[in-house]
Amino acid sequence: MKRSLLVLMVAAMMTIGSFGSASAGKIVLGVPGAHSGDLASYGLPTVEAAKLVVKSINESGGVNGEQVVLSLQDDQCKPEFATNAAMKLLSDQVNVVLGHICSGPTKAALPIYKESNLVCMSPSATSPSLTLSGDYPNFFRTIASDDAQGALAAMFAIEKLGLKKPAIIHDKGDYGKGFAEYTMKYIKEKGVEPVLFEGVTPGAVDYSAVVQKIKASGADGVIFGGYHPEASKVVSQMRKKKMTIPFLSDDGVKAQTFIDIAGDAAEGVYATGPQDITGNPMYKVSLKQYKDSHYGAEPGAFYFEAYSAALALLKAIEYAKSTDYDKIVEALRTNEVETPVGKIKFDAKGDAIGVGFSVYQVKNGEYVEVK
Amino acid sequence: MEYFLELFFSGLTRGSIYALIALGYTMVYGIIELINFAHGEIYMIGAFVGLVVAGILTSFGFPAASIIVLASIAAIIYAAAYGYTIEKIAYRPLRGAPRLSPLISAIGMSIFLQNYVMLSQTSDFLSFPNLIPEFNFLGKYESMVGSSDFVIIVVAAVVMVALNLFIKFTRMGKAMRATAQNRKMAMLVGINVDQVISATFVIGSALAAVGGVLIASHIGQINFFIGFIAGIKAFTAAVLGGIGSVPGAMLGGLILGWTESFCTGYVSSDYEDVFAFALLVLILIFRPSGLLGKAPIQKV
Repeated sequence: MKRSLLVLMVAAMMTIGSFGSASAGKIVLGVPGAHSGDLASYGLPTVEAAKLVVKSINESGGVNGEQVVLSLQDDQCKPEFATNAAMKLLSDQVNVVLGHICSGPTKAALPIYKESNLVCMSPSATSPSLTLSGDYPNFFRTIASDDAQGALAAMFAIEKLGLKKPAIIHDKGDYGKGFAEYTMKYIKEKGVEPVLFEGVTPGAVDYSAVVQKIKASGADGVIFGGYHPEASKVVSQMRKKKMTIPFLSDDGVKAQTFIDIAGDAAEGVYATGPQDITGNPMYKVSLKQYKDSHYGAEPGAFYFEAYSAALALLKAIEYAKSTDYDKIVEALRTNEVETPVGKIKFDAKGDAIGVGFSVYQVKNGEYVEVK
Repeated sequence: MEYFLELFFSGLTRGSIYALIALGYTMVYGIIELINFAHGEIYMIGAFVGLVVAGILTSFGFPAASIIVLASIAAIIYAAAYGYTIEKIAYRPLRGAPRLSPLISAIGMSIFLQNYVMLSQTSDFLSFPNLIPEFNFLGKYESMVGSSDFVIIVVAAVVMVALNLFIKFTRMGKAMRATAQNRKMAMLVGINVDQVISATFVIGSALAAVGGVLIASHIGQINFFIGFIAGIKAFTAAVLGGIGSVPGAMLGGLILGWTESFCTGYVSSDYEDVFAFALLVLILIFRPSGLLGKAPIQKV
């Protein structure tokens, strides 16, 4: 009795083990990420997305006539496991990698893929340095990086609002100051020098001195990094002083509560915020696919980004008609793919173009997307 | 020069608010040598009452000028009742206790009131209507002193003059000064000390409530936590001017407001608090009793 149970268990373990290894198909999609541990809820939706994409592509004839198989590797979002996972993927002879999930493990595994000429695309690693540093030409992602908001704000401020002398104010916090610093960096890259870069104290009784300073600096627009309580104080004191210059802020301000608090002063305020993807045709397809195969449950974190990444990778192989590294990279940069997060291709640094943030403006008491 | 004046008035507005709240700290300390840490919460409660009353009056269509007066009066009454009650239940039973006990009781009261308002109202920020009607009497210099800055400065000035007159010339004022000098002797000459202490709390709370309504209307938002930072700043102002001294609280408030305002204007608002508290440390090094704090003869 005991021995048969043991045999059964060994058999079961071997089945699970052999599931991940690639032997039958020609194209191997490696999926490393947090599949167990406390961050598994970030990694498992990516596995589901990869399975669903591969299933539907295989059913419609595969990629360039070849079937796609998956190779799953768990890194628990730990950098030290990520290098192991990467080595295992290499021994499975993967053609492309969908992952990793967290920024730290991604950074740890990327040099290994780079040496073996493997494209790696993450659905969820947002650390700006992954693409901005230029160290990893083989890295791509379908999620907007933390600095993308700043880049968008800078672009919008200079090209759409035509600001020549912006004042940049932040709340000294990690999030608000980070946004302000990235925005300033991009504004300077465009050859515009901010006239003011300063932090205000959250919760202070009164911001009129800062507002006077903005006024005295001759700023033609204010860019604010932070959350809505401070933003509403600054903007309402500006409006009280009859300053009508544009006010642009981040997704910490793109909330109805900001409009409720700031009242009339909120009218005309610009804010960047996550793009609305629910209108995309592929969004609906991928959502339906998930619900059909999961008894109507909602997909978890980064499901749509992972679905988009899997599609982008496999379509790039299809477009390149090859699994050659250079050709895949070329295809990712030139070929537009219809995905749940929109119609995307990738820029030279590896960030998806067309993903991320939109600019909204308060009109008649609600945020409306600025086209 | 215009920029200097703008910052001057901006600091004056802020300083007036600090001074209004600081008076409560300094008076209570002057009389019973207790730092009433729940005082910032009284200011916050005053602002909340102002919001509720203003909301009700607005829905009945009262004119703007009457709303701010009625909302302030309601806030004063309500906050005064709170001040009176807090003294009764949290400090009076501990009057003979070691000095640390009422201090801890005050901190407890402060946390209790914050949480009470958070649970009974909301932890979100709430929009406060602009109760001070817009008017322009300075023409192109309006940006220096807006209508709400003007009202705050004038109200604070009037209140302070009135308070000084009250302390100097009324019976209760004399009793307060006497109690501050020596509580036992005051009792012996027939002053009802309990009544004097209650009056001190009531007056201090009323002033904080006025400050609360004015500043909430000035910046347009409140939540349950605003009393904490305002309280710390006002307490700093009171210590700066010499805790226990009424003119000291006013001077301390204004100096603190100007320090912050000029520092923001000429250095950076990043260092606003750094300069404010560096000033406090410097003054305490060279004048440990504060700017106007003297030997404890005239504490009120």
